[in-house]
Amino acid sequence: MAPLLDIRNLTVVFDTPAGTVHAVNDVSYTIEEGETLGIVGESGSGKSVHALSMVGLIARPPGRIVSGEVYFKGRDLLKLSQRELFDLRGKEIGFVFQDPMTSLNPVLTVERQIAEPLRRHFNLSKSQARERVVELLELVGIPNARERIGQYPHEFSGGMRQRVMIAIGISCNPKLLIADEATTALDVTVQAQILDLVRDLKKKIGTTVIWITHDMGVVAGLADTIQVMYGGRIMERGPVDTVFEDPRSAYTWGLLKSLPHGGKRGTTRLYQIPGNPPNLINEPIGDPFAPRNTFATERCLRETPPLQQVEGSVPGHKAAVWYDLREELKKQEAKV
Amino acid sequence: MTRYLMTKLIEAFIAIWGVVTIVFFVSRILGDPAVLLVPVGAGQQEIDNLRAALGLDRPLLEQYFQSLLSMLKGDFGISFQHTRPALDVVLERMPATASLAGLALLFGTLIGVAAGAIAALMRGTVAELIVMVAALLGQATPTFWLGIMLILLFSVELGLLPTGGSGTWLHYILPGLTLSVFVSASIARLLRSSLLDIMREDYVRTARAKGLMPRTVFFWHIARNALIPVVTMIGIIAGELLGGSVVIETVFAWPGVGRVIVQGIQAQDFPVIQAGVTLVAAIFVFVNLLVDLLYGVLDPRIRRG
Ligand SMILES: Nc1ncnc2c1ncn2[C@@H]1O[C@H](COP(=O)(O)OP(=O)(O)OP(=O)(O)O)[C@@H](O)[C@H]1O
Ligand code: SF4
Ligand SMILES: [Mg+2]
Repeated sequence: MAPLLDIRNLTVVFDTPAGTVHAVNDVSYTIEEGETLGIVGESGSGKSVHALSMVGLIARPPGRIVSGEVYFKGRDLLKLSQRELFDLRGKEIGFVFQDPMTSLNPVLTVERQIAEPLRRHFNLSKSQARERVVELLELVGIPNARERIGQYPHEFSGGMRQRVMIAIGISCNPKLLIADEATTALDVTVQAQILDLVRDLKKKIGTTVIWITHDMGVVAGLADTIQVMYGGRIMERGPVDTVFEDPRSAYTWGLLKSLPHGGKRGTTRLYQIPGNPPNLINEPIGDPFAPRNTFATERCLRETPPLQQVEGSVPGHKAAVWYDLREELKKQEAKV
Repeated sequence: MTRYLMTKLIEAFIAIWGVVTIVFFVSRILGDPAVLLVPVGAGQQEIDNLRAALGLDRPLLEQYFQSLLSMLKGDFGISFQHTRPALDVVLERMPATASLAGLALLFGTLIGVAAGAIAALMRGTVAELIVMVAALLGQATPTFWLGIMLILLFSVELGLLPTGGSGTWLHYILPGLTLSVFVSASIARLLRSSLLDIMREDYVRTARAKGLMPRTVFFWHIARNALIPVVTMIGIIAGELLGGSVVIETVFAWPGVGRVIVQGIQAQDFPVIQAGVTLVAAIFVFVNLLVDLLYGVLDPRIRRG
């Protein structure tokens, strides 16, 4: 069966006064129906931009999609008309955004904000939409849903607002749900509750999910597949267990090294890898991580390694590397 | 809500009392109205008699508390110039001021909102540049100068419109236009920047991600939020205009509240000054209270229980 989403060579730049920002560089990947993909990477690695640009949600200008195809259910989203995109967004692809305080409109009731996509896409009447809103709020675990629909976002706690955001995202039963840092603004306990909710919802409605986060711990507990991004590129991807046990990119290795219990438990934030994130204004040459990579060689700075199937690993485990990380690690150990 | 309203009313009361007190003492410093009121060549005896008759010979503090008490009863005293109740003298100028203010607010708001919205929606085009330059000029041009220029052009040169005074709808055009220019320029600039700010908000991205049509996103998510500060500004301008624009009423010889207060000051007509300023302060405070309440309707975050 064809994958639900098939992204090919997506490249997105921003034309800014300081120069061209190479936000997403030649990103290609696929997601099967029902899969949960966890995307991790430091700030500025192109996680949000690549997801938003698929459905026309980046500002153009300054944004510009240089190349690529994004096949969703067989159609190239980048070739859709405005009108077709309006019909697709919210209905076929739902979004859950970071920071539910700023991502919800402060002056509209929660009922209105959840009902909007329903009324827009399914032509529901006000009362039909209300029933569905109550149903959705119950589904995402908001007590006294019927009494609370007339309230405004500021009358909800942070965790409850995030649940409202999720209700908006899943309101039209989208085929694909994209959650961008959906738990980043929450404290650890509430974050765990939201993750439980998402696992539960996946069981109930079986949506395909792209979960974007800074947090390796979240990916470990939620995703089937992990995709590590850096400097607008995919550094490594594969089944979560495989990548956690046997990382092949030095960047993934650096991220995992910082996690307690091999990253399987806890929700620790990403460890700061020494050095600064890449300056995306320069023409992307070489492995973007090379300047911060202790294993890097001349070649890494000059040539960009392609994302390739890792030899000897499970199918689907891909890494963009010139050298075998395990060999390098052995050499390093030998030196000590 | 009632509690909030009570606090606001008490605040309003204190504000008006403060204005009344300042006006009372400042006007007393201006000079002695009796000197101006007696016929030319009258002796000191006549002046003293008049002062006694007007109650101006009594100690200042006694006069102050006396007039406060009367004001509480709605009695602002008898105008020295008109020998009629001062409040009546001021109140009968209210329709002229209010109708001009209403006209300027209506047109100023319509034009300002349209221009501000165009400037924001057509970001980076010539249209935005034209609107913004016009608005900047409109806000920076002193109203008295604009008024005089309009009189020179339309009344003196072209002879199309009256130079001043009131009576027909033609009389409204120039003062109305002058005030509208200022009102619309202020609103256009504020609305534009407010719209541009809101367009960048995360919740606008959320609205787009829901697949809402652009006009729904614009009216319900962008404009709905961007108008909140504009409403405040309209309220402040309304308060100012309803108090009578002294400058405009003087330039256009418009028989409004602002002008009657200026005339009162020139004649040292204490009761008229006091009645006029108290009325203006009361209107200003009342309009602000209304804006506050409206703000609560527009923005649920500051709605009070
Ligand atoms: N409107 C814009 N104008 C210019 N540059 C932009 C714009 N939006 C994003 N970028 C740049 O694109 C790059 C990728 O940003 P993106 O938001 O995708 O990162 P991210 O991985 O989602 O990071 P975060 O974890 O901080 O959300 C960054 O360097 C960012 O500065
Ligand atoms: S290709 Fe070079 S820079 Fe990139 S991860 Fe491997 S060793 Fe490091
Ligand atoms: Mg992001």
